Amino acid sequence: MSEPLFAVAGLSKHFPARGGGRITALVDASFAIAAGETLALVGESGCGKTTLARTASLLYRPDRGSVRLAGIELTALSRRALKPHRRAIQLVFQDPFGSLNPRLRVGSIVAEPLVIHGVGRARERRARAAHQLASLGLEAGDLERYPHEFSGGQRQRIAIARALVLEPKLLVADEPLSALDVSVQAQLLELLGDLRARLGLAMLFISHDLAAVDRIADRIAVMYLGRIVELAPRAELFARPSHPYTQALLAAVPRLGAGKRKPGTAPKGEVADPLAPPSGCPFHPRCPKAQAVCREREPPLEAKPGAAPTRRVACHFPD
Amino acid sequence: MALEPVAGEARPAAAPLLAVEELAVVFPARAGPLTALDGVSYRLARGRTLGIVGESGSGKSVLALALLNLIPPPGRILRGAVRLDGIELASLGDDELAALRGDRVAIVFQEPMTALNPVFTIGEQIAEALRLHRRMTHAEARAEAIAALARVGIAAPGLRARDYPHQLSGGMRQRAMIAMALACEPDLLVADEPTTALDVTIQAQILELMLETQGRLGMAIQFVSHDMAVISEVADEVGVMYAGRLVEHAPADAFFAEPLHPYSRALIASVPRIGGGTTRWAGRTGRIPGQMPSPMRLPPGCRFSDRCPLADAACREVEPALEQVAPGRRVACFKVGR
Repeated sequence: MSEPLFAVAGLSKHFPARGGGRITALVDASFAIAAGETLALVGESGCGKTTLARTASLLYRPDRGSVRLAGIELTALSRRALKPHRRAIQLVFQDPFGSLNPRLRVGSIVAEPLVIHGVGRARERRARAAHQLASLGLEAGDLERYPHEFSGGQRQRIAIARALVLEPKLLVADEPLSALDVSVQAQLLELLGDLRARLGLAMLFISHDLAAVDRIADRIAVMYLGRIVELAPRAELFARPSHPYTQALLAAVPRLGAGKRKPGTAPKGEVADPLAPPSGCPFHPRCPKAQAVCREREPPLEAKPGAAPTRRVACHFPD
Repeated sequence: MALEPVAGEARPAAAPLLAVEELAVVFPARAGPLTALDGVSYRLARGRTLGIVGESGSGKSVLALALLNLIPPPGRILRGAVRLDGIELASLGDDELAALRGDRVAIVFQEPMTALNPVFTIGEQIAEALRLHRRMTHAEARAEAIAALARVGIAAPGLRARDYPHQLSGGMRQRAMIAMALACEPDLLVADEPTTALDVTIQAQILELMLETQGRLGMAIQFVSHDMAVISEVADEVGVMYAGRLVEHAPADAFFAEPLHPYSRALIASVPRIGGGTTRWAGRTGRIPGQMPSPMRLPPGCRFSDRCPLADAACREVEPALEQVAPGRRVACFKVGR
């Protein structure tokens, strides 16, 4: 099998906790993304989605594990040797208000990555920034304006233009829609879908919003307490969730047309404290199917027996 | 206690628990009085949940505050009445109102940190309400506060009662807030976006908790949310707010089967349907052009007329009243058969 565009394997990350101890933010995460493919990371607050995104794009150095881009192992590279490869992985963040420098004009914001990577001369950089902004629906006059003059949706377009100006191979988008109004979210989601088709861009799309994920993802990775607990093609995940947590998550999403909520269907308990994760499977204290083995041994993420190899689940008793 | 333990049984329409009549709320502004709520009338029976849905600025939270006479000054109730069990709130003095709040009417907000006192433990805050309204001794109130925490599904309630609000997770804080609201077994619970800040699995738990408690106590709930799907999971009847007006009020089943007001239709069409890659987004089908008008710049006639696909000249001249179109169903639109 040929090497995928982007692959992480066994990625782990800890952070020191205030008052001693360590927070296990990411444990043994592995996935691959092909060119033109979108993988979505879903899960609830504190599940490790953002840590995984930032570790996979080497904003954080992993404690363990491998990050490979087009066959090159990036974790082995020095800071300096890594820099040219960073061009290929660009990020868009949740908050389009905090992520744009308020003192720079939009033209300079979008051209800045070109400056950092020493691409072209001022005139050429300017032209590329203008071209990039135009392709995202902004106007030539917008180059001279400041971020505060734009709406949230327009700012997120500016942030996307900045990310794309280096022509990356992988776009990592961390909750890019959640600060925006619903109607603007729909427009931006369409835009991201168009970009993927036009540029053959691979995307790691982080969201807690399953409706947005349903619209854009090819495959979905579900995270719980720092682990990927299920990885499946989108349609299969929604139609036949295999991990009890995925099932609980999908069942908890409010839906129209289902009538009033049936009592007793909400998942029990809360996510465990990452400072003191439970033994064995991290979901076992909340899991309706938990047995003795679940308290003792953590199930690895592996191909589901009898299913396609694209379906992986970390559960001793998957459905 | 004044409570009826029977859930789901509406009293005859003649004696609703809550009656709101032609309620209007204004806030003075430099450019003139800003009418945040205008001519809102409805009734709510015991044991029933009314879901109030609308965008930000529609007046749904102002309505919730007006029910408890909690409009922050210089805002005020301009006209209209709120009656609880036949008692008009405007006729009550401050002391009588204070006695009513937290006892017969309780409110739960989106962010419990703003409603819980950061310098008292959870247990102390619930016990205080019980001493005040139920004339319990310290020891009785303390024991009852722990029981109240246990009833909302908080594990180790004796320990958690000694925690300060900041020591609890968001879901736990909202449970504690609900425990406090329910401690005196109110007749009416007003919940303003109570789950909006929570993750979906915790949201599902809180919604179940509210419905279970309603089944046990028979209280009425006014549940305010911008999220139509959440409303569909809790409501027996639905009220749609737009620019300070109630534009549709209907039984939930009928409403979700066929919303009648053009704005209700657009709102429902804009809810994404999840599953199997067929999620439909507002962007494709139901996006409503334009924005809800500010109360300072209302269009003449129907307030939705400048965005409505059905609007004609008459809609732009005369504002339609909320009128009955079917039993229990009212719509404010000239284009809906009446």
